[in-house]
Amino acid sequence: MKLNSKIPEGPIAEKWTKHKFNMKLVNPANKRKYDIIVVGSGLAGASAAASFAELGYNVKCFCFQDSPRRAHSIAAQGGINAAKNYQNDGDSVYRLFYDTIKGGDYRSREANVYRLAEVSSSIIDQCVAQGVPFAREYGGLLDNRSFGGAQVSRTFYARGQTGQQLLLGAYSALSRQVANGKVKMYTRTEMLDVVLIDDKARGIVARNLITGEIESHSAHAVVLATGGYGNVFFLSTNAMGSNCTAAWRAHKKGALFGNPCFTQIHPTCIPVSGDHQSKLTLMSESLRNDGRVWVPKVARPKLTAREATKIPNDERDYFLERKYPSFGNLVPRDVASRNAKMACDEGKGVGATGLAVFLDFADAIKRDGKEVIAAKYGNLFDMYEQITGDNPYEMPMMIYPAVHYTMGGLWVDYNLMTTIPGLYAIGEANFSDHGANRLGASALMQGLADGYFVIPYTIGDYLATMPYEKISTDHEAFKEVEANVKAKINQLLNIKGKRTVDDFHKALGKIMWEYCGMSRNEDGLKLAKGKIQELKKEFWQDVKVMGSQDELNMSLEKANRVADFIELGELMVDDALHRSESCGGHFREESQTPEGEAKRKDDEFSFVSAWEFKGEDQPELLQKEELAFENVKLTQRSYK
Amino acid sequence: MNLTLKVWRQKNSADKGGFETYQVSNISPDMSFLEMFDVLNEQLVNSDQDPIHFDHDCREGICGMCSLYINGKPHGPKDAITTCQLHMRSFSDGDTIVVEPWRAKAFPVVKDLVVDRTAFDRIIQAGGYVSINTGGVPDANEIPISKEVANEAMDAATCIGCGACVAACKNASAMLFVSAKVSQLAVLPQGQVERKSRVENMVATMDAEGFGACTNTGACEAVCPKEISITNIARMNREYFQAKISSKKI
Repeated sequence: MKLNSKIPEGPIAEKWTKHKFNMKLVNPANKRKYDIIVVGSGLAGASAAASFAELGYNVKCFCFQDSPRRAHSIAAQGGINAAKNYQNDGDSVYRLFYDTIKGGDYRSREANVYRLAEVSSSIIDQCVAQGVPFAREYGGLLDNRSFGGAQVSRTFYARGQTGQQLLLGAYSALSRQVANGKVKMYTRTEMLDVVLIDDKARGIVARNLITGEIESHSAHAVVLATGGYGNVFFLSTNAMGSNCTAAWRAHKKGALFGNPCFTQIHPTCIPVSGDHQSKLTLMSESLRNDGRVWVPKVARPKLTAREATKIPNDERDYFLERKYPSFGNLVPRDVASRNAKMACDEGKGVGATGLAVFLDFADAIKRDGKEVIAAKYGNLFDMYEQITGDNPYEMPMMIYPAVHYTMGGLWVDYNLMTTIPGLYAIGEANFSDHGANRLGASALMQGLADGYFVIPYTIGDYLATMPYEKISTDHEAFKEVEANVKAKINQLLNIKGKRTVDDFHKALGKIMWEYCGMSRNEDGLKLAKGKIQELKKEFWQDVKVMGSQDELNMSLEKANRVADFIELGELMVDDALHRSESCGGHFREESQTPEGEAKRKDDEFSFVSAWEFKGEDQPELLQKEELAFENVKLTQRSYK
Repeated sequence: MNLTLKVWRQKNSADKGGFETYQVSNISPDMSFLEMFDVLNEQLVNSDQDPIHFDHDCREGICGMCSLYINGKPHGPKDAITTCQLHMRSFSDGDTIVVEPWRAKAFPVVKDLVVDRTAFDRIIQAGGYVSINTGGVPDANEIPISKEVANEAMDAATCIGCGACVAACKNASAMLFVSAKVSQLAVLPQGQVERKSRVENMVATMDAEGFGACTNTGACEAVCPKEISITNIARMNREYFQAKISSKKI
């Protein structure tokens, strides 16, 4: 397979404009002859489904939750970036582009990132027009805050619930199209495979989670907006249901998987409290605008937050401010996370487990008053107190890094099409815009950019070449995939082993966090590969799934997902093993600067790793998309 | 902690259902309520019993999926949180805890503690939006909105659509949910064009879905995890009245 990224010719600032003109169009009267399937109803999925329907296409949209409004985009807290330059502080499309490329440690595709920055302004306009209640200044204009990895204030926000408000905006647009009859919504329905006819994506096979029925759906194109795969680690900030199944099964049908090892570990999460833990809770990165990160200069085992308030300033090490004077507490996520880990590795970690650092608001409260801080972060402080029992107005928070986002995903070209014609991936499900590290407030931007302003154009270019003719779900290709899906489900139900699905999932998570987490090395990764292969074997011999196929069966749903997580976990390890450089969130211990910062090897690794599935239990084949940097000079990232 | 749990079990929507009693032991006060349920479910599977089905997803109080009626109160004993944010430190060793699904005609039980809340989606589909297409909208700062109004809209917009308001209401009324969306768009300039048709259509759908009338007792506000105020209901009544007296529909 030869990768073709289809980046348009011409200067970077003109590529998208020219490409929009050069793409084929579907006549308005003919759009109703095309059916599009959208899997997922988060920011990317809902915005794409609504926009397709507005254009006149017939849309079927799927989500596994009981309502499209539950998608995990809803949990994003801090904000959404846009190059509006409303603050007159020197922002521009070019600066947002530059910050994103640099923040991604030069492992993303210039043309895609530039387009993202270019359409970012339109997203804010669109959301405001929908009635999204962004924060305002007293004069009635929009307010901004600053975020990690940037020195301008370009982040728009709605208290600490920006993701919720943006998702409800997209959900409202989607609901309007459901009412118009242009979108048919399939809730509690989970895609289990993609169906290819003449090598093109022509539909999906899904399971109705209430009745267990295996259903086929046919269309002219399929769009995956199924989010990321952070739950490979079992403990992450993702929702419990977030999974890789749709993307992984598409991968096994021929869609290449890009940069699987690029995972983001978010620096400000509530630390793990015990083995019972089912998920980790993120505290928005925006807290680092006013919170100061520190540990005691001299190790103080089991130091509590209450005791910390009594430690004088000169006995505290504000390590981010000390090491990175120009960015201070607002260094990008990967840098902040790694430094927290280093502090804990040196034995200076605090709290009962020693795996935490302080995030302190005492100075901000003294400076601005409690009310101002409460107005900015009130709900986050409440959430923290609810979970830990500590009041952050009175004592510092304890935080520790946790898996939060996956930059890797299905490989897509400039049109967001995977290597399967007619199969698209948008939002977190694709690999395209964040390189090896995503900047804060950029996930919401990318999801909505893809859904509102990119794919509605690019899909037309493909559909214009397709005959109108619909394919019946009686076609043998559908029947064959249905049979395979059913066989796999039956296999899972009939193992009747001894270990629960969660037990396997936790075991996988431990392997991944230990060897393929915040820092990685060759020996550990090799060990992890063997352990995952063993776990996979054991899973298929000893997993215990209760209940039957023809009912609501959450252990079966989970088993299906964990089976795929195990396989993806192995590919992540392969990818991390192959990439023997450090870049962004991927820190290979063998490749660091004398100061312990990530050291890239641009002459060897300036490419996207795109992995091709070659059959069950066969090694995957690595394809490379070389990255050409024509507009940005590659430098060792410095936030000092 | 050791606890006794009385949990509603119901095989499917046709089944009559009933309470089952379970014991759990060694529960840490730092566990969330749903993590305690995870422990119980592992215990059930290990003894060859069907795990208890309940809805949950984000486990951080924002997706609106979790929905348990705990000791006679939606989302449990604490105010202003969802079930997934409830921690076991709110209970004491030896407690008996009763867990039921949301109960309302418009929210039929699907299985165990899982209910069907798609009626809420249909109410939003009846008008909970501003009818604009993607693209062709004015610059965001061309619609100035005072901080006060933006805050008022935001207060209403924080609704997570969990349905606790319906579960708490003796009439199973959805007024708090519907009024939150109506209010958000009624106070914002973007919502003015469709202001009248929106409230008429959403209220009509709410009635058609089988939700009851408002009791004015405020149980909804008391249990709302996002503290949505019943002032929104007052505003919706006013909006509805104004829409009706000038309505072209008879």
